[in-house]
Amino acid sequence: MLRLKILLVASTLLMLVALFMVFVSVPTDAGQGVIQRIFYFHVPVAWVAFFAFFITFVAGIVYLTNRSQKWDMIASASAEIGLVFTTLILITGSIWARPVWGVWWTWDARLTASLVLWLIYLSYFIIRSYISDEDRRARFAAVVGIIGFVDVPVVALSIQLSRTQHPPAMIFQGGLAGSMSMLATLLVSVAAFTVLYALLMEVRVRIKKDEREIKKLKEACADE
Amino acid sequence: MRFWPCVLAIARKDILAELRGREIISSVLVFAALVLVIFNFAFGQDAELMREVAPGILWVAFAFAGVLALNRAFIPEKEENCLEGLLGCPAPREAIYTGKALGSLAFMLAVEIVILPVFALLFNIDVFRPQLIATTLLATIGFVAVGTIFSALAVNTRAREMVLPILFLPVVTPVLIAAVKASALSLAGSGWGGDMLQWLLILLAFDAIFLVVPFLVFPYALEE
Repeated sequence: MLRLKILLVASTLLMLVALFMVFVSVPTDAGQGVIQRIFYFHVPVAWVAFFAFFITFVAGIVYLTNRSQKWDMIASASAEIGLVFTTLILITGSIWARPVWGVWWTWDARLTASLVLWLIYLSYFIIRSYISDEDRRARFAAVVGIIGFVDVPVVALSIQLSRTQHPPAMIFQGGLAGSMSMLATLLVSVAAFTVLYALLMEVRVRIKKDEREIKKLKEACADE
Repeated sequence: MRFWPCVLAIARKDILAELRGREIISSVLVFAALVLVIFNFAFGQDAELMREVAPGILWVAFAFAGVLALNRAFIPEKEENCLEGLLGCPAPREAIYTGKALGSLAFMLAVEIVILPVFALLFNIDVFRPQLIATTLLATIGFVAVGTIFSALAVNTRAREMVLPILFLPVVTPVLIAAVKASALSLAGSGWGGDMLQWLLILLAFDAIFLVVPFLVFPYALEE
C-alpha cells in the first residue's frame, strides 16, 4: 500500500507543477500561439504510450520464459494504458491540427502510424477477449505483443517514406534550446506523465490480482 | 527427424491435400477476381483514374485473398483433430511453421499467377515487368510469414476466422504500403533504382524480420 501512496502523492504533485508550468509560467509560442501549449501534453503522452508498449513487449518475453501469470497481468495492464494513451495522442493531435492545419485529421505519416499502432494494440485486446483459458490467453497475447512491437519501427519507416506533414521534432533541431523554460516545462511534464503511468500500472495490476483471487474463490465455492 | 525433411513433408502434405480437394485455390481465386470487378464498379470507367488506383486495387485483392487462404492453413487441421497428430509427430515446431508457410506461399503464388493476367486484362495494364514480379514475390513472402503465425493463433480462439484479419491487417500495413508504391512505380515504367529500390528494401527488411521473429515465437503459438 505504501508504494501506491507514494506514487499517488508524487504524481499529484508533479502533475500540479506541470500544469502550472504549462498554463502559467511558460511563454506563449511566437509562431503558433496558445495552441502550441498542447505540445506539453502531446509529447509526454506519446512517450508514455511507446514506453507502455515496450513494457508489454518485455513482459511478454518474460511470461513466455517463466509462465507466471503475474507477468501477463503486467503485460496486459501496460497494453491497456498504452492503448488509452495512444487514443490521447490521436485526440490531442487532432485538437492541435484543427487550428494549425485547418483539419481534424489528415493522412500524414505520424498520424497514420499512430492510428496503425492503435489498431495493432486494439487487436491485442480483441484476441484476448476471444480466449477463455487463462494460460493460452496469456501465451497468445504475449506472441501478439511481441510481433506488434517489432512491427512498429517498420510501420513508422514505411509510412514516413510515403508521406509527411507533421512538424519535425523541433527539440532535436535546437528549436526549444532558445527557451530553457519550454524545455524545462516539457521535461517536468514528461516526468509527471511517467509517474502517472507507474501509478496506473500499480493500480491496474493490483485490480487484476484481486480479480484473479476472487475468481479462484468463486470456483472453490462452486466446487463445495 | 531433421529440419528440412519435416518442412518439405508438411508442405507436400498441404499441397497434395489442396490438389485433391481444390478447396483453397478455387474459392480464393474467385474471391480475388470479384474484388477486382467490384472495385471496377466502385470507381467507374475513367481510364485515367483507373490507372491511378489500379495498384491499390491489386493489393487490396491480394491482401483479402491472403486472409482467406491463410485462414485455411490451420482450420482443416483443427476440424478432424489433425493438429494433435501434427503436434505429436517428431517434428520441431519451427518446421511446422516453415512447412505451413511454404504451403500457403505456394497457394498464394498460384492465385497471383492467375490474378495478375486477369488484372492486366481488366485494367488494360502491362503487368509483365520484372519489378512488379519481384515486388509481388517479396510482399507475398511477408504476408505469409506473418499470416501463418496469426493463423495458428486465430484457429485456437473462439472466433476463429474472424480473428485473423483483425490481427493480420494492421501488422502488414508496411507490406501493403511498400507493395502499392512499388507496383505503382513499376506500372509507370520505373527501373530498379531510386524509389523502387527503397520500397523493395523495405519489403526485404519486413520479410527478414518476420521470418526470424515468428520462428522464435511460433513454438508458443502451438503448444497444447
